[in-house]
Amino acid sequence: MPNIKELEDFVSQVRRDIVRQVHQVSSGHPGGSLGCTEFFVALYQEVMKRKEGFDMDGKGEDLFFLSNGHISPVFYSVLARSGYFPVDELNTFRKIDSRLQGHPTTHEGLPGIRVASGSLGQGLSVALGAAQTKKLNGDDNLVYSLHGDGELQEGQNWEAIMYAAANKVDNIIATVDLNGQQIDGSTDDVLNMGSVRAKFEAFGWDVLDIEKGNDMAAILEGLKEAKSRTGKGKPVCILLHTIMGNGVDFMMYTHAWHGKAPNDEQLEKALAQNPETLGDY
Amino acid sequence: MKKFTNSGNIDTRSGFGAGMDELGKTHEDVVALCADLTGSLKLNDFEKNHPERFFQTGIAEANMIGMAAGMTIGGKIPYATTFANFATGRVYDQIRQSVAYSGKNVKICASHAGLTLGEDGATHQILEDIGLMKMLPGMTVINPCDFNQTKAATIAIADYDGPVYLRFGRPSVPNFTEKDGKFEIGKALHLVDGSDVTIIATGHLVWHALEAAEQLEEKGISAEVINIHTIKPLDEEAILNSVKKTRCVVTCEEHNYLGGLGESVAGVLAKNDPVYQEFIATNDTFGESGTPAELMEKYGLNTKSIVEAVNRVLAKK
Repeated sequence: MPNIKELEDFVSQVRRDIVRQVHQVSSGHPGGSLGCTEFFVALYQEVMKRKEGFDMDGKGEDLFFLSNGHISPVFYSVLARSGYFPVDELNTFRKIDSRLQGHPTTHEGLPGIRVASGSLGQGLSVALGAAQTKKLNGDDNLVYSLHGDGELQEGQNWEAIMYAAANKVDNIIATVDLNGQQIDGSTDDVLNMGSVRAKFEAFGWDVLDIEKGNDMAAILEGLKEAKSRTGKGKPVCILLHTIMGNGVDFMMYTHAWHGKAPNDEQLEKALAQNPETLGDY
Repeated sequence: MKKFTNSGNIDTRSGFGAGMDELGKTHEDVVALCADLTGSLKLNDFEKNHPERFFQTGIAEANMIGMAAGMTIGGKIPYATTFANFATGRVYDQIRQSVAYSGKNVKICASHAGLTLGEDGATHQILEDIGLMKMLPGMTVINPCDFNQTKAATIAIADYDGPVYLRFGRPSVPNFTEKDGKFEIGKALHLVDGSDVTIIATGHLVWHALEAAEQLEEKGISAEVINIHTIKPLDEEAILNSVKKTRCVVTCEEHNYLGGLGESVAGVLAKNDPVYQEFIATNDTFGESGTPAELMEKYGLNTKSIVEAVNRVLAKK
């Protein structure tokens, strides 16, 4: 049984890493990062089968692709604290000559990253390709991916969604971070997508909701359920209902912190709400 | 001058198909993706013989490019195929981020490039693809001249680790390079020795360059002909060595002069050894419907135009 308390402590530290990274360079994307922190920690600390070290080909292990690359602060923190690179390197986030570029990239050779993302809507296609290669290689491990909800407005996603169902790519679990927010406002106001569930189902996916997308136990339960639905002829989609900015009260329930860094005072407030558990970098 | 024999007209895309058939047997990690143009890309045999390695993506090129990038993870060598227009301009950002910036070993193989796809007209006649692709850091750009060379290039790029844009076409054109010859990426082929002018050609224009050299010889003009099948990385040494001797250049391509081979050659010359240059290329224009021969005549991309360009550049020298 996973120790929920330990995972929640991990989450607290990752939240500190997120706000400290963006504060240090006065840029970056804390809102979506905080909203997906529990999900990342659950995936990397509990759910995914991972091998020691990093190998681009990822044979014999589960793979993860981040499509909405702007939430790099949470990705970097969880990768570092899962052993892919030194935690101290978080200090270099978005600085010159860093491997921790504003948006994740393979270009600087950062362990844990398998494709660049940032320009939205491309990650699902890449994840599908990796999933098809796993099948060709007789590798029965899974491919996970994460997508923003606003990102679904990019048409390439629907090409990929159509392909995956038609070709029974059933070794993939694509998670959509349904926080209902995008840069210009709520997703309903900017470009109302209607029912995301109905759309995925109409395309032939097996869809499940994690209603409490910031609750560790609920996420673990949801991921377990999703895993049990793989290998049955349909791609699997998780609709992860999250709160943007979760864990820092003044950043919650708003798109205002999508791409804005806290000032000194705001940083102190945010850190006070999230105790240091694993040691700050 | 050295003569080249046309062993029979055939399309370069069939050279691609023949190369893929060979790779099907020799390289088990090679996989093919196609966006609803299997017959046009001459992939029917590959699909029939290796159904598990053939991925029909439907009319969804963006997804095809992304999938190709993902398929490299785990060691596959994906050949992503469609018409040149849809393989480049339509999916530029997917190629830029998921393939080039991510350093993925994807081979983007594009048929029906340039004007010579003919009657379909400008929507399908891309004349900007070489420029688009050569601007991407780390992208290798190859435009072979005939069936044999396209087949050889198709096979050679499987053993090169990195993103490649391979451009070929639809019309039947002379097949004159060596059968099953060696293809060396980035190495220009010196076809004809000459001392008065250097003609540097790529793709379908190479044959026309050879014809032009013959006609010029009859008038006492000695033209050197270089086949540049790899536009990036460019064989600068071959260009500079020839120009050292001839002191003027004509570049020939089925592409816009902006962004094409001619521009790359001009850059090398400007930096190292400035000499006069004439450009056989389209002049910042879209194409139109017509037969390939009519179009090449109208847009000045044939033997006659090359001879005229040589005369112009010689007059300046």
